[in-house]
Amino acid sequence: MTAIAADLPTSYLTEEHTIASWLLTKDHKRIALLFFASITFFFFIGGIGAMLIRLQLLSPYGLLLQPDMYNRMFTMHGIVMVWFFLIPSIPATLGNFLIPLMIGAHDLAFPRLNLGSWYVFNLSGLFLLYTLFVGGVDTGWTFYTPYSTLFANGHVIGAAVAVFVNGFSSIMTGLNFVVTIHRLRAPGMTWMRLPLFVWAIYAVSIVMLLATPVLAMTLALVALERFMGVGVFDPALGGDPLLFQHMFWFYSHPAVYIMILPAMGVASELIACYARRPVFGYRGMAYAIMGIAVISFFVWAHHMFTAGISVYAAVVFSLMTFFVAVPSAIKVFNWTATLHKGRISFDAPMIYGLGFVGLFTIGGLTGLMLATLPVDVHVHDTYFVIAHFHYIMVGGTVSAFFGGLHFWWPKITGRRYPEMWARGAAILTFLGFNLTFFPQFILGYLGMMRRYYAYPPAFQEWNVLSSAGASILAVAYALPLFYLGWSLLWGERASANPWGATGLEWSTSSPPPKENFARTPVVKAAPYQYNPEDGSFVSQDGVAHA
Amino acid sequence: MTKKPEPILPYVIAWLVLMLLLGLSVLSAYLDLGFFHPFVNFGIAAMQAAIIFLVFMRLRGPPSLKWVFAGGGFFWLMFLYGLGVIDWVTRSGFPSQ
Amino acid sequence: MASPMRSLAPEPQFATLEQQTETAQLGMWVFIATEVMFFGALIFTYYIYRLIYWEQFRLAAADTKILLGAINVAILLTSSLTMVLAVNAAKEGRQRALLVLLLVTAALGFCFLGVKGYEYVQDYNSSTVPSVNFLFKSGYHSPAELFWIFYFIATGFHAVHVTIGIGAILVMSWHARRGRFSPNYYSPLEVLGLYWSFVDTVWVFLFAAIYPLGRAIT
Repeated sequence: MTAIAADLPTSYLTEEHTIASWLLTKDHKRIALLFFASITFFFFIGGIGAMLIRLQLLSPYGLLLQPDMYNRMFTMHGIVMVWFFLIPSIPATLGNFLIPLMIGAHDLAFPRLNLGSWYVFNLSGLFLLYTLFVGGVDTGWTFYTPYSTLFANGHVIGAAVAVFVNGFSSIMTGLNFVVTIHRLRAPGMTWMRLPLFVWAIYAVSIVMLLATPVLAMTLALVALERFMGVGVFDPALGGDPLLFQHMFWFYSHPAVYIMILPAMGVASELIACYARRPVFGYRGMAYAIMGIAVISFFVWAHHMFTAGISVYAAVVFSLMTFFVAVPSAIKVFNWTATLHKGRISFDAPMIYGLGFVGLFTIGGLTGLMLATLPVDVHVHDTYFVIAHFHYIMVGGTVSAFFGGLHFWWPKITGRRYPEMWARGAAILTFLGFNLTFFPQFILGYLGMMRRYYAYPPAFQEWNVLSSAGASILAVAYALPLFYLGWSLLWGERASANPWGATGLEWSTSSPPPKENFARTPVVKAAPYQYNPEDGSFVSQDGVAHA
Repeated sequence: MTKKPEPILPYVIAWLVLMLLLGLSVLSAYLDLGFFHPFVNFGIAAMQAAIIFLVFMRLRGPPSLKWVFAGGGFFWLMFLYGLGVIDWVTRSGFPSQ
Repeated sequence: MASPMRSLAPEPQFATLEQQTETAQLGMWVFIATEVMFFGALIFTYYIYRLIYWEQFRLAAADTKILLGAINVAILLTSSLTMVLAVNAAKEGRQRALLVLLLVTAALGFCFLGVKGYEYVQDYNSSTVPSVNFLFKSGYHSPAELFWIFYFIATGFHAVHVTIGIGAILVMSWHARRGRFSPNYYSPLEVLGLYWSFVDTVWVFLFAAIYPLGRAIT
């Protein structure tokens, strides 16, 4: 840390140098970096799973992995990517770092709880790594009963315990954000002056708090049934495996909105700044965020259309799923309208942000296709579904995460990254992503089933294209490691506000001092007061900038 | 600044009412209420919960943000219970024995 | 790391001690909402199965030990009262009363666990423990076992929460004995009181779900 921050004035990075000052920190900014280290580690673990899957699927005959090992591989990929990367990614890193800064506070409401959340996350990671080390689990990340409870050969209890503990980390973080945003806003920071990123993190936190405990109970029931040999999902006792699915998806559907909402928040920040325009329809965007969060709880059984639920229930949930698309679509229209007559510059964060909007739109529209009962009967459990959710989670969330990472990199580290490398990586990401996942829509529609270790040879061409795309994507994701890492030591020093953005976080130094602000800021302006005519702006503390 | 000591009588009265409701619930077990059984029992439980929340947990006073979170969990459960049950009650052969 | 109980200055992210106190309470209410969802999810399984197997659930519930269950409700309700009185004592600087009331609350918590343990033994003796010692009584079909599985999981999770609560109360008692609470600072006690009363509330609902069924004198 000393070399990295050697020539920077005192900041949260240079305040203290000991290991204890990092591992026992109460500073939300340091905790954000701790989380960043953890989730990056798990991103690569999950990525290894993805690589092995795509290598396996180069050939129709399943030459690389045995069927049982393949099952363990896609299960590991799902569990790691969902709970150990996507769900914590933006909230625990960017959220932790930025929320107090954006609302003008000196820290979160409960700093020790924040640090505790990181330790609990790592504890859950240890449980997971242990489970993987002793052979993993082959149920799919969805743990469907009665296979997971009665018949699976892998370490279901280990995986269930890992995810159960991981849930506590989510809840601790969500609780902190909700209370902080309610109680610690600076004078003048009314709800309708909050950056949309804050709205998004607030909504995500509400969803985390309401949904995660249900998952906790569901997995506890699975683990107990497996341990005791009897349980509430056992068909022999009159138990209903669909009860598990209802409870699991009651959490897991809102969970996918946990994964996308923060990305939507980031997108609003990026697009407004690089188009030099206020976000179109701020109020609508804020309400759409809350609307998505609320309606996301009403749609869960659309994952179960072919599982055996009654057709009347299926119709109800299909209708609800159409409703949840409305606020999402409103957001896409408003981002597009924000671009209109803007003074657009294609910095790397903007490329990621624009990529986000396009890829999320494709993912979202295919979601509507899946919500349509007759279509779903045809494509459920095929690669169509896989392509749909990867467009949203990878094309959407990961793109936004990288965009946000680049956007706030100067603020977090005090350094500028090399712009040309970053733009190249962003474009490569977009191209590699589409090559990987668009063929999967076609494969799914043609009938290739998911979670199969081999497939009919007629599907090989599309699979080869997909795997080729995955190799490009791997390079594109690895590149930032190198040039961002380079920038830590040799990057140009960043000013307080290199992008000319309007949030409160840009009114303090890059990187910020430990207490964030020398004096508690007073908020005088709404966010996103950009002028596209000349690129001037008014930051939220009321100061006009040319 | 001396604050007036907080009266403890409301707490004791609340405790007495709670005990009374407990007695009612036990009594109801021995009555044949048929279809209304769960409504009576959970109704009594809900009344007890309300007294605990309002008196012991000091939710009295004008509705505040605490009220939102205090009731939020219960309110949100209604979506799980309400939407979830649609599946079973519309299956053919409901209820099964 | 300075313990907040030593000084009366608020932590740096708060402007006033009052803001810190209010925020701590709000935090506990948010946590309580998550616990409602946690136990609510379990009660969802009960609700669905009771709906589709109401006859079997009636039969199974008739074998529960209602007297012990009711005694436990009374114990916890009383402990909620003593906890609230403890907070009241702290508010008025009555240190000895505070300590006594906290210890009584913890003791009542122990009594609850004791009665529960005794009840589990009785359940074992009546062979209603799934997987361990479960015999189908006359009229029982398989779904009756579902009731008993729910009973043990629900009361088990609840007992874990009671145990954690007792531990926290004992920690608070230790702090109280060292004079850490005063009329100007007793926020941790209020927050713990919220948790404890909530654990009480869960038992009230579990009682309604588990015990009063199947005993009707016709």
